[in-house]
Amino acid sequence: MPRVTVAKAVQETSFYGAVAFFFVLAAFPFYWMVITSFKTNGDLYNVTNIPFWFNDSPTLEHFRYLFERTLFVTWLLNSLIIGLCVTAITLVTALPAAYSLARMTGRKGEALGIGIFLTYLVPPTLLFLPLSRVIAELGLQNSMWSLVLIYPTFTIPFCTWLLMGFFKSMPREIEEAAIVDGCSLLGAFIKMALPLSVPGILTAVIFTFTLTLQEFVYALTFISSSAQKPVTLGVATDLIRGDVFYWGEIMAGALIASIPVAIAYNLFLDRFISGITGGAVK
Amino acid sequence: MAAIAEAVSKPPSRFRFILDRRDVLGAIFVSPAILYVLLLVGVPFLMAVYYSLSAYTIYDPSWDFVGLDNFADIIEDPTFQHTLLNTFIFTFGSQGLGLILGKFGALVLLRPFPGRKLVRALVILPWAVPVALATVAWQWMFDSLYSVINWTLIWAGFITREQAPNWLGTANLAMLSVIIVNAWRFFPFAIVIFLAGITAVPQDVLDAATVDGAGFWRRNYQIIMPMILPIVAIGLIFGIVFTFTDLSIVFLMTMGGPVGATSVLGFAGFQTGITSGDVSHGAAISLFMLPVLLVVVVFMLRFIRRREI
Repeated sequence: MPRVTVAKAVQETSFYGAVAFFFVLAAFPFYWMVITSFKTNGDLYNVTNIPFWFNDSPTLEHFRYLFERTLFVTWLLNSLIIGLCVTAITLVTALPAAYSLARMTGRKGEALGIGIFLTYLVPPTLLFLPLSRVIAELGLQNSMWSLVLIYPTFTIPFCTWLLMGFFKSMPREIEEAAIVDGCSLLGAFIKMALPLSVPGILTAVIFTFTLTLQEFVYALTFISSSAQKPVTLGVATDLIRGDVFYWGEIMAGALIASIPVAIAYNLFLDRFISGITGGAVK
Repeated sequence: MAAIAEAVSKPPSRFRFILDRRDVLGAIFVSPAILYVLLLVGVPFLMAVYYSLSAYTIYDPSWDFVGLDNFADIIEDPTFQHTLLNTFIFTFGSQGLGLILGKFGALVLLRPFPGRKLVRALVILPWAVPVALATVAWQWMFDSLYSVINWTLIWAGFITREQAPNWLGTANLAMLSVIIVNAWRFFPFAIVIFLAGITAVPQDVLDAATVDGAGFWRRNYQIIMPMILPIVAIGLIFGIVFTFTDLSIVFLMTMGGPVGATSVLGFAGFQTGITSGDVSHGAAISLFMLPVLLVVVVFMLRFIRRREI
């Protein structure tokens, strides 16, 4: 009997050890963001201090500096405007496209849907050279509106695919009944399919918004003036003076910009997974 | 204005008749999305191909056709060969590490324990948070002087302060650092993919195998693994494509340095094409991603097709 309990104890210990490992691995960089952003500079830049906790009392000076003496608020607003515009463009194009590919075009639609989705895999690092030329021709260089124009190139494919799966999982009978009752095809889409797909639309909105927040390469390529930067680019590249990194401010900004995305992902994770795997698991 | 209003109101029956044809309305519905993608992905892609075959730079916008000269130039360049090798090391190193972490993480999170929801929510974070922001946090953790990792190693007595490694300033360590950060970013995705796959394996299949005498490992490798292979493959394809073409981690952490030790294709394309303005060579460097992308796309299509049958 004791041998069994010892084996059991070893098993339990190693299991909880593994849990602790993953917990620390995932959470530590964020803990590090939090602790850095509330520490005084004297505490941060002293190698003899214990880095894991406050040696001086916590301070809000980095947050104050960030909000009062940098363009952080402008960057947040830029990101918000970009996100809203891109979401609007994406919904207007991807919703009808997804509905059409799921319901109206049959087998050909399936192939076309896969084709659209594959464009999601064309990387920004392949397209940024010609696109920066397109942006320059349109007079949009160094303006956040260039991002409003370009971001739908990956959000439309992504959302079309996501919504296509959603429309496919909806029962056809409801729209067919509406059509039998004298509703037009367009009417069936607007009055029947759209109201029923609100959860799917909400998912598409959340992920479009987070994809625009996460994007970095296009923003880096197209935008160099500080006042036009979205928040991700601003925090990562604009809080450095010469060789000096403003670590407290950088971490404070990163923290604030990360929180909404983190919450959104945790709420909508399952839909995201079934979206990108295209229902490979049924 | 009057004419437009008239056109709509006068022959409504005919207009509605056209809109009521499934194929016509279907084509109208799908065309904006297709147009957007064709104009801003398809056309630029062809432009990139043409750039790589021309002598175009921002100082010499002559568009002269030079054939494969640009490709010949960059292949002979030892810096580029190094970059290509780096890209493969970066991609497969971080995906391998990410997959191992993902598989073990999924096994851990499958078993119920108090606080599982919280751990699961936290484990998603590295993948959810914008990559640039997480990368600067890591950059700070790898700082040459105030690195928390070094501090811990010194405190634990493994090294002295004089021996403390300069993570981002030493060639091999810098590569290891960017691989770790990228694996860290992708392992939650791998966990989620594995979890989605494993929980979808029907319990009766597992029960039947257990009755037939299959043990834990046999169930794991001969039943669960083959059954979840398609979904894992799709996840891996995403990981490979996004890592192979990545720019942000290297750009923010090492700027390709020290002396090109962590330069990858995306970064080299950016440096040559945007920073130095040598657009044609930059495009040629970027196009080296294409063969890998094509292989990945073919695999992806085969998996999607298999799923449909």
